[in-house]
Amino acid sequence: MLDYDFMRTAFAAGAIVAIVAGTVGVFLVLRNLSFAGHALSHVGFAGATGAALVGMSPLWGLVAFSLLGAAAMGLLGEKLRGRDVAVGIILSLALGCGVLFLHLYTAYASQATALLFGNVLGVGGATLRVLLALAIVSLAALAAIARPLIFATLEPELAEAKGVRLRLVSALFLAIVAIAVAEAAQVVGVLLVFALMVGPPAAALGLTTRLGHAVALSALLGLVETWAGIALAYVTDWPTSFWIVLLSCLVYFASLAARRIIALGSEGAAFP
Amino acid sequence: MDALATQRARSGPRGEVAAPALALDGLALARDGRTVLGSVNAVIAPGEFIGVFGPNGAGKTTLIHAILGLLRPAAGSLRVFGAVPRRGNRDAGYLPQQRSPVGDLRLCGRDFVASAFRGERWGLPLLGRAGRREVDWAIATVEAEALAARPLCELSGGERQRLLLAQALLGKPRLLLLDEPLVSLDPHFQHAVVALVGRIQRELGITVLFTAHDLNLLLGTMDRVLYLGRGQAALGSVEEVMTSEVLSRLYGMPIEVLRLKGRILVVSAQGEVEAEAHRHDA
Repeated sequence: MLDYDFMRTAFAAGAIVAIVAGTVGVFLVLRNLSFAGHALSHVGFAGATGAALVGMSPLWGLVAFSLLGAAAMGLLGEKLRGRDVAVGIILSLALGCGVLFLHLYTAYASQATALLFGNVLGVGGATLRVLLALAIVSLAALAAIARPLIFATLEPELAEAKGVRLRLVSALFLAIVAIAVAEAAQVVGVLLVFALMVGPPAAALGLTTRLGHAVALSALLGLVETWAGIALAYVTDWPTSFWIVLLSCLVYFASLAARRIIALGSEGAAFP
Repeated sequence: MDALATQRARSGPRGEVAAPALALDGLALARDGRTVLGSVNAVIAPGEFIGVFGPNGAGKTTLIHAILGLLRPAAGSLRVFGAVPRRGNRDAGYLPQQRSPVGDLRLCGRDFVASAFRGERWGLPLLGRAGRREVDWAIATVEAEALAARPLCELSGGERQRLLLAQALLGKPRLLLLDEPLVSLDPHFQHAVVALVGRIQRELGITVLFTAHDLNLLLGTMDRVLYLGRGQAALGSVEEVMTSEVLSRLYGMPIEVLRLKGRILVVSAQGEVEAEAHRHDA
């Protein structure tokens, strides 16, 4: 399986994306922004198809539009809290625009499937280098804001009093999410970014009580799910995205079961 | 006395005499265009335990926000240890009234407390040896060692309150601002929190502003009362402030103060004023 160049590239791309999505996703879940991440991927879809329409790389269109969406969300800030309906309507508009752009750009229809559901086996060497560069940028940015981000997430009122600029930290984080979403969409597509950005982090946060461990575990779970998904797709010839989503789902529900067992165990330990 | 203390406050931290912990000089505070406090004078000395009371909307939280530098005075002046309030003041520890949104997390108590250690700095959340020692100290001070390894979602309200208090103590502040730390706690947890704060205040010699609805819980622990109402304030001993005359002025209606078996009940023609406030919280 590793004799093929495209398979080696797929495993490399999957690893990069899984680590970025798993790491950024922990903070996305902690901040209750899962839905915002989902919305950004849809806005990105309009960007990707729009870019294809004007003859540009869909990946850059995806990155640009996700970043624009993130900036808009950052500007609206707290006003978005509890506005799931408004966000949902905007994201369906974005998806609709994407369909229109695809209709106008009839050159190749497989583009739509690749954008919506991912095509990691189609990642080329040039795209791989872009994915790596974006991963380095987003992880470096996350490392730079991690401390105030965690403080502002867990204790917004206290953080503000201590001098954290909540709006700035929130806007920077959304920009990082936008890049991570664009990356994740390369592997599982815009409709399934939840599988990498929410599944592994949610499972990890349920399994450990240490924040640092949760970040490491989330990236590891994402990596294992992605690699196993690619391998299973190779063996079965079913879509990679299906396997990754299935594994993400199984791991998440397994984590819920494990969490219950851990809870029972610790209760036993508390009353020896 | 007030004039002298204000004078001291103006002399700044390098003055001969230590500046008061808080000096309010004709202080007026407004929020969303509405005047909450109008021309309040008060001086609070370092090491005092002040209970802050008053009906909902009287400006308890607004005053704390002004002390933290989150809100500028509309008029008059406010000095914190002789200096103009500013955000990020290391001298001020803070326990917010708004409960943090972490109740359902499996994050352990220690990581939660540690997130507030110099959390305003950029970069990775590495504590370093000094940071770990400080977090350990804060957790030990609030007697929360047993809670450090437990997930937040399994803690009771009172236990979580102790972790919040530990966060407020990080940086070893000289002034502790506790906004409604007793709200939604069971009575025996309320007494435990008051006793804990009282002990910390005595041992560390810090100034405490403690807002609450039920004055009786703080009797014997607090040094003085700051009672807010209708934009005005009264600062003094329990005997000085808790009188029919003072409270009628602050509530803007006839108020009776009853003393019953060591408890103080504030009553208006409509019923017990404090009971009203409690029902509001429940």
